Amino acid sequence: MSLLKEPDLGTPAKAGPATVSLEVDGLPVTVPEGTSVMRAAALSGVEIPKLCATDNLEPFGSCRLCLVEIDGRKGTPASCTTPVAEGMKVHTQTSRLEKLRQGVMELYISDHPLDCLTCAANGDCELQDMSGAVGLRQVRYGYEGENHLDQPKDTSNPYFDFDPSKCIACSRCVRACGEVQGTFALTIEGRGFESKVSAGAGELFMDSECVSCGACVQACPTATLEERTVVDLGMPSRSVLTTCAYCGVGCSFKAELRGDELVRMVPYKDGGANEGHSCVKGRFAFGYATHPDRVLSPMVRESIDDEWREVDWDTAIGYVAEKMREVQARHGVGAIGGITSSRCTDEEVYVVQKMVRAAFGNNNVDTCARVCHSPTGYGLKQTFGTSAGTQDFRSVAKADVIVVIGANPTDAHPVFASRMKRRLREGAQLIVIDPRRIDLVRSPHVEAAHHLRLAPGTNVAVVNAFAHVIVTEGLADRSFVDERCEEYDEWAAFIAGPENSPEATEEISGVPAAQLRAAARLYASAGNAAIYYGLGVTEHSQGSTMVIGMANLAMATGNIGRDGVGVNPLRGQNNVQGSCDMGSFPHELPGYRHIADDAVRSVFEDVWGRELLAEPGLRIPNMFDAAIDGSFRALFVQGEDIAQSDPNTKHVTAALRAMDLVVVQDLFINETARFAHVFLPGTSFLEKDGTFINAERRINRVRPVMAPKTGKHEWEIVCEIAQAMGYPMEYSHPREIMAEIAALTPTFAGVSFEKLDELGSVQWPCNDNAPEGTPIMHVDGFVRGKGRFVPTPFVPTRERSTRRFPLILTTGRILSQYNVGAQTRRTGNVAWHPEDVLEIHPHDAEVRGIADGDRVTLSSRVGETSLHAVLSDRMPVGVVYTTFHHPVTGANVVTTENSDWATNCPEYKVTAVQVGLKTAGAAVDHAEQAVPVLAD
Amino acid sequence: MGAHEESPQTRMANEIAVQFRHQPADKAATAIAAHIRQFWDPRMRADLLHRAATAPASFDPLALAAARLLSPAGRESPATR
Repeated sequence: MSLLKEPDLGTPAKAGPATVSLEVDGLPVTVPEGTSVMRAAALSGVEIPKLCATDNLEPFGSCRLCLVEIDGRKGTPASCTTPVAEGMKVHTQTSRLEKLRQGVMELYISDHPLDCLTCAANGDCELQDMSGAVGLRQVRYGYEGENHLDQPKDTSNPYFDFDPSKCIACSRCVRACGEVQGTFALTIEGRGFESKVSAGAGELFMDSECVSCGACVQACPTATLEERTVVDLGMPSRSVLTTCAYCGVGCSFKAELRGDELVRMVPYKDGGANEGHSCVKGRFAFGYATHPDRVLSPMVRESIDDEWREVDWDTAIGYVAEKMREVQARHGVGAIGGITSSRCTDEEVYVVQKMVRAAFGNNNVDTCARVCHSPTGYGLKQTFGTSAGTQDFRSVAKADVIVVIGANPTDAHPVFASRMKRRLREGAQLIVIDPRRIDLVRSPHVEAAHHLRLAPGTNVAVVNAFAHVIVTEGLADRSFVDERCEEYDEWAAFIAGPENSPEATEEISGVPAAQLRAAARLYASAGNAAIYYGLGVTEHSQGSTMVIGMANLAMATGNIGRDGVGVNPLRGQNNVQGSCDMGSFPHELPGYRHIADDAVRSVFEDVWGRELLAEPGLRIPNMFDAAIDGSFRALFVQGEDIAQSDPNTKHVTAALRAMDLVVVQDLFINETARFAHVFLPGTSFLEKDGTFINAERRINRVRPVMAPKTGKHEWEIVCEIAQAMGYPMEYSHPREIMAEIAALTPTFAGVSFEKLDELGSVQWPCNDNAPEGTPIMHVDGFVRGKGRFVPTPFVPTRERSTRRFPLILTTGRILSQYNVGAQTRRTGNVAWHPEDVLEIHPHDAEVRGIADGDRVTLSSRVGETSLHAVLSDRMPVGVVYTTFHHPVTGANVVTTENSDWATNCPEYKVTAVQVGLKTAGAAVDHAEQAVPVLAD
Repeated sequence: MGAHEESPQTRMANEIAVQFRHQPADKAATAIAAHIRQFWDPRMRADLLHRAATAPASFDPLALAAARLLSPAGRESPATR
């Protein structure tokens, strides 16, 4: 594909049934009421010159280039700020307009360097284009007068430069930062000739509140804000449409290349999830794909104490197959298993679970979603009937009240957070339920109506108190409940119990009863109330119970089945939804159908040609336990660094050491690979061909930007292992894998690569009932028929603060880093987060003699590590926080075996710890055991 | 044996049991058994039954009742809910 240039219609589309008809240069056009003259002209095929207008920003009317004449009206109004009117006759090309535009352009150019031939934006500069469009032939003003040509560049950001000498003060960057991103880091400082774009109060970009989303770079019509890769490599010449491989938002991008070299990632306006926006990870942090740390050849070693030895693919695959069979011969069919990765495509995941079930002959397959959103699967299936968020992302624009529980969208799902903040600026109310004061609680133009600062581990007490208020104060939507749900009366009797009242739970959760009552009333009386949640819900001993509790709330208030409402998991990794959909759990076949269901199993047996076991297999924590007790001896790990990401590192590494064979398929020698016998190099998202499914069930194509650097696609490797183990598993292209998925999975029956290429994306269920997908679920009925209320008694976690471990540690992530950091640590993003730090309240720090920046020990009953402390009143007293992005720190050295009762999802969010000043030699430092990885 | 040193299966069964304490004992035991049947690998269930038989004191009574339902002589069917 050549370079894909999306049309820019100048101003945003207007919705609404009413239309207006007009003429532009004699061409008739009919547009929605409220449309600008500029957009109407563009839709009629007439391009009006413009500089300050672009169709993802509201019109501003500053550049004076888009002037038009309108019959019967005086003057030359700006077409971007003039709405259409019935019967209007617009003229865009007259000699008067020509002279005016040339005069405007002459002024712009008189204060702009004339270095087009050597400018990085040459060929992609709207100022250059508009000079041509208005027919500018001369500039009468010299450079002798005052100008801005000697303004110094700001090169502080690792990804883009700011060259104010090229700025035309159109404010597109400033408006993009506010309107699109919602950060408001940029401003126009000064007046008149002194006007200039400024990050913060005259700060460098890196010192300002800029979050490096790149919206300003994308909006800039000149080379003022320019990607450094464009400066270094030149303008790209071709595009490939693909999907980001970071978080569960699943942004669509144009990967723009020059030859075979990726120059930049540009968010795609037609991307259903992101609609042209992106974050610092998706837009800029792709350098890991070509990082020299990548391993490109398979490697084998007999013992983890041996050196790695490079081998060819046939040898590596043969070795894996032979060893797997040996282990099974000695220890039984169930002694081996596999883990799928949410960073891999649906097709790659599908073949791994198929390999385990059909070639290994057991159900010992699990996925990294075990340690993040497995409670979502359980909780939503119990209540609604299937494991999926109920809404599309667009739906948030219709919410009147937004409840964010245990999620930090501005850091972990930033592009969705921008949508959410836009709605909040429009007036929607916000309730945040989180121990930490996350940014959403108070940020520019956003302030939560309520921040329920609950104690870690008390989610269920709080959600029960919410429901108690709704039921006992008569706020339930009884007509919805009566028509759509079942088992309400039993649940209502339970929830109305005095133990669930806000007054009773206040002592447990620390949330004042009056505040909780007010928040519950707000939620119940909102009109449209939507819940968005993250791992602060699921990663608890009652994670599944809490998911059920939120579903109960939504059903009780009728907030299900239309725009603006729902219960929505914000998935951590890009393909958590897909990896779960693909049958990665040991008890479920693709489409969330239990392995014990004879009818379902027989469908798979017919197609796969193998009898399948009807019993569930081992989940990841069970695999570790079984490895230590000796009954589980070999593991295939696809793209998941369990030694860093899973809890209680000592336990995990003991399990890995106990196994006869550990096979790791990944990009880098990660922490898990230190315990591996075979390393199978994987492919980056730029090399993959397949699909990802985001948190709104949107199936997006992942298209190869370049050939696999390893010489093989990951799905091919898995198929070859299966074949080497005696099970035929052949596909010539991943579209054939998706065809098999569609044939076997009713919710995917209508999905094909061809349809995805035609429509861009679809949201499952996609089948005969919904040929173009399902943006919103449970519209007329729940997947399980009636929505089911399930009582959710609060059971405290067994993890308690003690005299020895008096603080509670909770973990999370930050904007610039992703999961275990294997990718983002190998990019310029380390500029923002070179190490994991411990956030601690100043009071807790002071009583321990800890100052900001001190190195401290962090210890729990299972382990100890050290890191630097950051004093922060974002934390409540008694609670500390860190991230798990760096193996050097190894935050999971201290997290425990506690897990969700229903799914074994680890309780990362509640660990009793002690923090103290680190003295030399005082502790075994996990940092000393790991090898740091620095950005290239 | 300390609270955190019990076998994984014993610990998990007890953790499941406590979630069902609000139900009548027979109903709770049935639900716990169904959950374990639905989500646990057979070797874990076998281990649970062995421990329930040899160290019943380490179990929550509801977990113990569920284990009895899961035993070959028990009544629990593989039906899933």
